[in-house]
Amino acid sequence: METAVFIVAAIITVLSAFGVILAKNPVHSVLMLMATLFAIAVLFVAQDAHFLAAVQIIVYAGAIVVLFLFVVMLLGVDLAENLRVEPIGGQRPLAIGATVATAVLTILLIIVAASDSSKPESGDLAGITQETGNTGVANLGRVIFTDYVWAFEIIAALLTIGVIGAVLLTRRAKQQEVEEEVVEKEGGQL
Amino acid sequence: MSQTEQLSYIAGQAADARLNLELETDGMVINLGPQHPATHGTLRLVARLEGEEVVEAEPIMGYMHRGYEKLAEVRTYLQVTALINRIDWLGSFANEVPFILGAEQLMEIEVPDRARWIRTLLFELSRIANISLFLGEMGLQLGAVTPAFFAFRDREFVLNQIEQVTGGRFHPNFDRIGGLKDDLPAGWIAETKSVMKRMRTFCDEIEDLLVGNEVFETRMRGIGVIPAEVGLSYGLSGANIRASGVDWDLRRDEPVGLVYDQLDWKVWTHPDGDSFARYWVRVQEVREATKMVEQILDGLPSGPIMAKVPRIIKVPKGEAYIQTENPLGAMGYYIISKGDLTPFRLKIRSASFNNISITPWLLKGTLVPDIITILGSLYFILGDIDR
Amino acid sequence: MIFAVDLLLRDSIGLVEVGIVLLKVGVAFVLLLLGVMLMIWFERKFISDMQNRIGPNLAGPFGIFQTLADGIKLFFKEDQVPAKADPLVFRLAPYLALVPAFLIFTVVPIGGDFSGGGDGTVTWWGRQTFLQVADPPIGFLIILAMSSMAVYGVLLAGWASGSKYPLFSAIRVSAQMVSYEVALGLSFASVLLMSKSFSTHDIVLSQGGYEWNLWMTGLVPFFIFLLAVTAEMNRPPFDLVEAEQELVGGFHTEYSSLRFALFYLAEFMNVITMSGVIVTLFLGGPEGPEPFPLPGWLWGIFWFCLKMVVFLAVFVWFRATLPRFRYDQLMNLGWKLLIPLSLVWFLALATLQVSDNRDWNDFIVLASIFGGFVLVGLLLKRALKTAAHNPDPDLSAPATAENNVEENAGRNTENNFDIENLKEKDLGGKN
Repeated sequence: METAVFIVAAIITVLSAFGVILAKNPVHSVLMLMATLFAIAVLFVAQDAHFLAAVQIIVYAGAIVVLFLFVVMLLGVDLAENLRVEPIGGQRPLAIGATVATAVLTILLIIVAASDSSKPESGDLAGITQETGNTGVANLGRVIFTDYVWAFEIIAALLTIGVIGAVLLTRRAKQQEVEEEVVEKEGGQL
Repeated sequence: MSQTEQLSYIAGQAADARLNLELETDGMVINLGPQHPATHGTLRLVARLEGEEVVEAEPIMGYMHRGYEKLAEVRTYLQVTALINRIDWLGSFANEVPFILGAEQLMEIEVPDRARWIRTLLFELSRIANISLFLGEMGLQLGAVTPAFFAFRDREFVLNQIEQVTGGRFHPNFDRIGGLKDDLPAGWIAETKSVMKRMRTFCDEIEDLLVGNEVFETRMRGIGVIPAEVGLSYGLSGANIRASGVDWDLRRDEPVGLVYDQLDWKVWTHPDGDSFARYWVRVQEVREATKMVEQILDGLPSGPIMAKVPRIIKVPKGEAYIQTENPLGAMGYYIISKGDLTPFRLKIRSASFNNISITPWLLKGTLVPDIITILGSLYFILGDIDR
Repeated sequence: MIFAVDLLLRDSIGLVEVGIVLLKVGVAFVLLLLGVMLMIWFERKFISDMQNRIGPNLAGPFGIFQTLADGIKLFFKEDQVPAKADPLVFRLAPYLALVPAFLIFTVVPIGGDFSGGGDGTVTWWGRQTFLQVADPPIGFLIILAMSSMAVYGVLLAGWASGSKYPLFSAIRVSAQMVSYEVALGLSFASVLLMSKSFSTHDIVLSQGGYEWNLWMTGLVPFFIFLLAVTAEMNRPPFDLVEAEQELVGGFHTEYSSLRFALFYLAEFMNVITMSGVIVTLFLGGPEGPEPFPLPGWLWGIFWFCLKMVVFLAVFVWFRATLPRFRYDQLMNLGWKLLIPLSLVWFLALATLQVSDNRDWNDFIVLASIFGGFVLVGLLLKRALKTAAHNPDPDLSAPATAENNVEENAGRNTENNFDIENLKEKDLGGKN
């Protein structure tokens, strides 16, 4: 049963991930990305990580991809990109090289891991899952708010700062101010 | 500064400019109408938008132009009333009155008292029928469906009363040069009084449902503010200009041929000039009209309803301009007669045409939902714009 | 691997168990479709009563088959795809709108004996089970996840139509639903605090003995939830997405035939499922008195349906009376009122719980909560005032996405401040 779920979900994941990069229309790409996220959520459920699966859907599929879609829609997908012109020189060979290198590395790692018969070390996280009753949510919360409370708070602060920074950066200044700034800059430069 | 630094600065500037050019978005142009649920009739509004904000809006009219001014030139005076009934189709009787008054002025006919009183009566009844529908429809424009049905329900009683007198529910064609076609039917007066009570209850209901509603207020207050000077310069009239604090009502200021000067009533104004003020003023106007109707019913003089007029009406040579305070605003007819059976030229000044001329000024910088609020609160009728 | 903690699936899974699950799925499916049919009829009939109309009265007794007739009519209409549309996405969108509505219903317990200490199980063919299609340990989050999925149907339909009014609708829906999602989740959190479980079955169970979350959480989360749900479903007065007077039909302007029917179906199915969710979270689900004996699960279904009909009527009532909000007013209501209120309320509830656990002085706790409310209120007022007096024209302009984010950011810092207060208190208790 678990294998069957894994195989189906994995196939969907891989296929839709390819779809993301191969689709010509950016909206289709975003839809494929959503399918990928869903399939990964299914994989999480299969691993008993219910909470993670739900959060994956709520946060990624429910909010972030919506924003992607929003941006893609607003920027106008009707404008066909000219694929002949390369915005960054030599990116294609570089991308191919990086892909090949990653693939080789992964395969190597898998081979090494397979040859290493000893089981991976069971760290803290393994302990947590063993303690877990049904859901693991309670334990997750306990860990986040005790052992990793500093990391948690710092990340929270970072995100808040990020939001405020984004607002400040994107807020349109008055046209006049912009002009004055430009004049000042040019005056200083020239 | 070294040359490389300068070059990199220039390159950076160029990149910025390119980026700005790429991210520059054109405004979206949308067509509201001629077939759109929010334009009652075939008004077309072309709006250029920046996001949800209106950068520019222009009303385009003429989709329902019927050429009444020209058609009137080949019709006798009696036939013209049948045409002009259809200008403001919700308050039809009110369209006939200024035209007939103009013709009477040219012919120098003294209209009997009773006819003048009944004219005023029907005039106010058609005002109630017209504006009460607006009171409900404004809710409909904002998404509250129920008030519209209340308005349709209660307007029906007024239309019934008009129909009992004139025989026509929508297009009475009842006013004649020299008086009226018929007298009031028996038992009509008592019935009309109860209908007026009902209309006042309707006003109360509307005030409960909409005027006191927070959502309605936030949608209406401060939206589409027309300062008095701007309104006057665009030629606004009726409740639209009274809501901007201009105390101007032709019924009081130029009571030609009608009996408003003998009634006890009040001209309501509102200082704000926003959509809410326009709505509020109209609610009060319906109330005031019901009171006027009751006073007329009480003080109706007896006597003939038709003056002595020749069988074949030939209006003597001359020109006359008569305007009255119609439900939608000031409506006037400029009649030029050369002594024929038909008017030589008839110019119709209808209220809605001027009232919507302010929309390009008013809609600039508003949001898309406010277009609907503003158009709704300006209250136009397409027949009154296009004629 | 645990798919669910339903008693049915705890032991070995045989033919009977599979049969029961299939039966439940089938019944839920049919119930929902029938429910939608009745709901549309109910709405039209109820609203026409309010508006002095007769409403549908020809198809069947009291016009009850009107929806069926409309469905058949739509089925036989021409199915059009506009020339400028993206055909694939255009065809996909109605299903994306429909599926989440179905999925939410799977975790709603519609019956079972919860009164008098019952644990809500029923016994069929010797197997104990719950009267809900599935009871995953994260049922609660599934509701949230699926309601956030519902945005895709509208968003993609609006975009794929290749037309201006639907595109407007799509832009509106993305902002509206994502922001009300937050209020929805935060009022959810208050329920979570009381019930201490993500499983919908456990939530209903924890409300046993009439300790309904409606009053256990102090009414406020309930009203926030009701408003947020109305906005999530795009029902009046928050139906900016399909505002007929502004956007003609909104996202479904270009749809016809069966696809249009699917959108209609999804909308009303959402109303039903969300009413079910409200009943589950706040009104004790199927709990209720049993005046005379029936099989326990029948009473449960009866009470559940009764409570649900109340909310269905409330949604219809909203539609009949209220004018529509404007876009920026909707955002203001969400970001400046509902979200801070639900956040502060959640913190207050948490404080009360902690103080209960540690036997703190009630008076001091209540006083400090009150002080916190006043403080946050004042800070919020101050922030809004600053924003309003900012010379930058963009801020005085109607709320845009950036402004909203900033509002939210400002609020977060305030509330973090409150959290620190809480921690200090917490430490004080320990020492």
